[in-house]
Amino acid sequence: MIALLENYWLYFLVGQFPGGPLGGLALTILLGGGALLLALPLGVLLGLGRVSVSRWLRWPVTTFVYVVRGTPLLMVVFWAYFFLPSLTGQKTGQFTTMLAALVFFNGAYLAEIVRAGIQGVPRGQLEAAQSLGLGYAETMRRVILPQALRNMLPSLVNQFVATLKETSLGYIIGLSELSFIASQINIQVLTQPLAVYGIAALTYFLLCFGLSRLSYRLEARLARSGPEALPA
Amino acid sequence: MAQLDFSAVFSGEFRDWLISGFLLSLRLMVMTLALALPLGAAIALCRLSSVAALRWFGAASVEGIRNIPLLMHLLFWYFAMPELLPAAARDWLNTHGAETICAVIALTLYTSSYIAEDVRSGIRAVPATQLEAARALGFGYLVSMRRIVLPQAVRITIPPLISQTLSLWKNTSIATVIGTAELMYQAQRVETASFRGVETFVLVTVAYLGVSLIITGAASWFQHRFPVRAS
Repeated sequence: MIALLENYWLYFLVGQFPGGPLGGLALTILLGGGALLLALPLGVLLGLGRVSVSRWLRWPVTTFVYVVRGTPLLMVVFWAYFFLPSLTGQKTGQFTTMLAALVFFNGAYLAEIVRAGIQGVPRGQLEAAQSLGLGYAETMRRVILPQALRNMLPSLVNQFVATLKETSLGYIIGLSELSFIASQINIQVLTQPLAVYGIAALTYFLLCFGLSRLSYRLEARLARSGPEALPA
Repeated sequence: MAQLDFSAVFSGEFRDWLISGFLLSLRLMVMTLALALPLGAAIALCRLSSVAALRWFGAASVEGIRNIPLLMHLLFWYFAMPELLPAAARDWLNTHGAETICAVIALTLYTSSYIAEDVRSGIRAVPATQLEAARALGFGYLVSMRRIVLPQAVRITIPPLISQTLSLWKNTSIATVIGTAELMYQAQRVETASFRGVETFVLVTVAYLGVSLIITGAASWFQHRFPVRAS
């Protein structure tokens, strides 16, 4: 176990970096964080579409969100893997493929979080802003979304945990993230699958458990500070 | 883009592969649900127990399982767990479809930890005053539970359980990593053998979506038919 850690800790943390491509835990965090950051604008747009007053916007967006949420992420990954190259006309690396699939998939999930966040802001806020003469876009941008995003913060951290767990599917398309590196080490060592997979699982646990505690604390803090100046 | 030709992937042995994969995916879902529901309920009762050791055990197992990706669970049960077994048990496992058995074990543990949280919050959502009021009216503890508390708890718990079933249905696709011959595995197999990626993936996506929509429909039917009443 100690020898295992001594021999492979660097490979486990960063893959073949700096001599080769980045991998391991660093790639998992980078992929998860990057996917969530890029999915956020998509999620806000889709979420606004979900609560739009125009049904020509609301219905297609709702259909899209339902279709993506009813499809396994692995299916989305395969679609990206096989059709991104024919769409862009050039070979797409595994990282880009996985990133695109995660952004697309998480966009649909964030849309529902954003929708719930917007609907959680009291209606009086919208009416007050509009009676003060703000247009719809201005109302959303300056009044509704800032409050909605604040309430969404714990859900966003939870979504980050989910995204980090989802990056493990990169294993299937040969992306050298944490679980792929773990199985590579397992193939090289051969005799200690229990230790290798145990360490990888523990790494995921520490990362995700820590973040879910953070979300829990954020929630408690938001509940304490409360919506002080928010007349219904 | 070439003309789509679905008959090329939905005839002969390709169709048999896809249908057997679809059926195995459904079987994985049903078997996992049948095992994970009682296990999840038991873990939930542990978490609500008055015995501290049981509460700790419940919390540790839920957090420990939920914070590790399903893919790691599958790899662990398929590649690492058999090392712990005696040779005879390992042989038995290999001759009885280790891929499916390990997939069911991993999916069951993973799903049950989510179910446990749904059941727990369902029970906690019924105000304690409901039980107190029932007792004050002269009902015994068991009758109060059976006629007052549990009916309300079940009503609250069923919708999240249905959405857990939806997650489970989508999660069965990950079992392909250990070679369980479910729908996603067969899709890759047909794609490789027929070179018709678009047709294969369209068919398989529609199959996944179809079952997902049925499950989503069941959830909204239930919420319409049995709305949660304010207590």
